[in-house]
Amino acid sequence: MHVVVLTKMTPDTEATVTVNASGQVHWGDKLVINPWDEYAITEAVLIKGAHNVQVTVMTVGPEAQSEALKHGLAIGCDQAVRLWDSALEKHDSLAYATVVAAAIRKLGDVDLVLFGKEMADLATDQHIFQTARKLGWNMLGFVAKIEALDFAARTVRVRRLTDRGAEVVASRLPAVISVLKDINEPKYPTFIGIRKAAKAEVPVWGLADLGLSAAEVAPRAQVLGYRELPKREGSAEIIEGATAQEKAEKLVARLLEEKIL
Amino acid sequence: MDFSLTEEQLMAQEMVRELAHDKIYPTLKEWDRKHQPHPDVLPLLAENGVLGINIPVRYGGQGFDYITLALVCEELERVDASLRVVMSVHAGLNSLALLQWGTEDQKQRFLVPQARGEKIAGYALTEAEAGSDPANLRSTARREGDIYILNGEKMWISLATLADHFIVFAKTDPHAQPRHKGITAFIITRDMKGVSTYDEKHKLGVRAGSTGGIVMQDVEVPVENRLGEEGEGFYIAMSCLDNGRYTVAAGATGCIRACLEDSVKYAKERYTFGVPIAHHQLIKQKIAYMQQWYDAAKLLVLRAGWLKNQGMRNTRETAVAKWFATEMSVKAALEAVQIHGAYGFSDEYDVERYLRNAKGAVIYEGSSEIQQLLQADYALGYRQDRPLRCEPVPYDPEYWQSEA
Ligand SMILES: Cc1cc2nc3c(=O)[nH]c(=O)nc-3n(C[C@H](O)[C@H](O)[C@H](O)COP(=O)(O)OP(=O)(O)OC[C@H]3O[C@@H](n4cnc5c(N)ncnc54)[C@H](O)[C@@H]3O)c2cc1C
Repeated sequence: MHVVVLTKMTPDTEATVTVNASGQVHWGDKLVINPWDEYAITEAVLIKGAHNVQVTVMTVGPEAQSEALKHGLAIGCDQAVRLWDSALEKHDSLAYATVVAAAIRKLGDVDLVLFGKEMADLATDQHIFQTARKLGWNMLGFVAKIEALDFAARTVRVRRLTDRGAEVVASRLPAVISVLKDINEPKYPTFIGIRKAAKAEVPVWGLADLGLSAAEVAPRAQVLGYRELPKREGSAEIIEGATAQEKAEKLVARLLEEKIL
Repeated sequence: MDFSLTEEQLMAQEMVRELAHDKIYPTLKEWDRKHQPHPDVLPLLAENGVLGINIPVRYGGQGFDYITLALVCEELERVDASLRVVMSVHAGLNSLALLQWGTEDQKQRFLVPQARGEKIAGYALTEAEAGSDPANLRSTARREGDIYILNGEKMWISLATLADHFIVFAKTDPHAQPRHKGITAFIITRDMKGVSTYDEKHKLGVRAGSTGGIVMQDVEVPVENRLGEEGEGFYIAMSCLDNGRYTVAAGATGCIRACLEDSVKYAKERYTFGVPIAHHQLIKQKIAYMQQWYDAAKLLVLRAGWLKNQGMRNTRETAVAKWFATEMSVKAALEAVQIHGAYGFSDEYDVERYLRNAKGAVIYEGSSEIQQLLQADYALGYRQDRPLRCEPVPYDPEYWQSEA
């Protein structure tokens, strides 16, 4: 029995993202683990604590992505695998899903795959659904709680939060789950985990290891360039007044004047 | 010479940075204002293994090195000195002394629960008339068969009302000449009959921390709780300070960094004469100095840490790091308040707290005056390190990380 959790490094939410004249983006100096993934990794480690399963943390990307894997190991994942190949330099979400699905098949006994709700940098989650589709497994998105998990009976029941409200869904395993922040409180690394992570040699699986050809992961969508958001013009005005009442009256008067109310 | 930190050290530093920032910082000011210890600090440091960071795994610790201890202290004081003070007394002054001087039995009984964070430890040297001049201490220990009877009062003791174990120093020979040869070290526990403690209220700084007094009234301490030999107490007390001062120095680098980071942020946000104050050369100068102080203090700390890892005596090197880093943290805090103008003068911003905290560190664990005398005496040849019966314990990763 095996749980796989996917992660990646994304720019710090406080980073200043800049775009140069030739349309190349600089994501800031500091990368952090994709905030959503902290919940997914924590959930995987909690599952490991409650069931007799192995947890593998996985990423698609160059060496710099190893930090996310080390973080996963430091929190309590058993092993890490990095999926990378020079042919993946400009990969799109479908290529991502192709590679991840191949790696999961290579591991063999995987019952559950966990993702954070989305990638914070690209604000996208299609790679998750594509991975489920590539595997041919059920996709349970936006999960706020895993209500029941039975590896022996190969079933799972989750609570999903959707635009239409909460929904409790049962599925058979294997399945792919994307988690929301409601699902847990992210764990911090432990010192023992840190020592293990620091010592770990993370294997890299390339296309050959995954039995894939370059054609199978050729990007169908490509980012041609980025552009800076138009600068927002604005100014702040502080409403002064002796009492809250007076300030509120002045504020309302100003809002009416500006035709906002 | 290798200045790079290992992945393990960097990850430990980041973990403690995040823990302190996420779990303590948001509520710190509340407790600082109340002059009360933040109730979450000890549980947090205990549960996450921070209290035993550089104690060997076989004694319940995490088996990291002395450099990691410094990084952890820096991160803790980046948030507030009261967090780092816990490490200074629990880990620096007490647990590392047990590792260096304790019998195997004492290590099992006291060090193991301390390293696991199950018991909290303090260090009680100072008395009403014995601060800079500890040989003047008045507490006594009278031997009666297999026990010592301790009497006296300790003051200005960090975690006095919170710790379970203390290393205390008392005179087994009040008439010894020179005076310091009459001092012996003991391990006492809060639950011993005749031990009572109280809090010191309304300090200038470290307000979210705990400082107080310990009264010992006919406390019966078994011989097995004597740390080291009779008359060896002064040397033990001073060797404890070699580790305590290291944590204080490392903490001070965290305080300087806090001043620098907060000042950089504010200087870019605050406008005068139509430009951010960061554009004024006199503000840049302050920022430049803070950076210089931080770098120099940190290098002194890391050198001391390297010596410790090697198991080499580091009394002078640690002392100069403590003296410099704490003095510069006071200067950095003064400049940080200045950069923040009137806002820095109010507790709306953190910099006034850094200043109040920094002022403590140039007094405790050897005031700046004492540090100067010490450096001068080494340079003049009036002072030399003599070998200790138990030398500092070097960091041997294999021994420290293995279970037994
Ligand atoms: C927040 C806090 C926490 C503390 N925690 C602990 C603790 O956990 N355990 C513990 O044992 N103690 C602790 N202390 C006590 C601390 O170590 C002493 O306060 C310190 O050693 C100075 O002693 P003193 O206050 O008696 O000052 P004094 O020794 O009376 O000195 C007064 C002044 O005279 C100066 N001076 C003294 N001698 C000389 C000299 N020869 N030449 C020039 N100047 C001199 C000093 O530098 C100082 O400026 C703590 C103190 C504080 C403030």
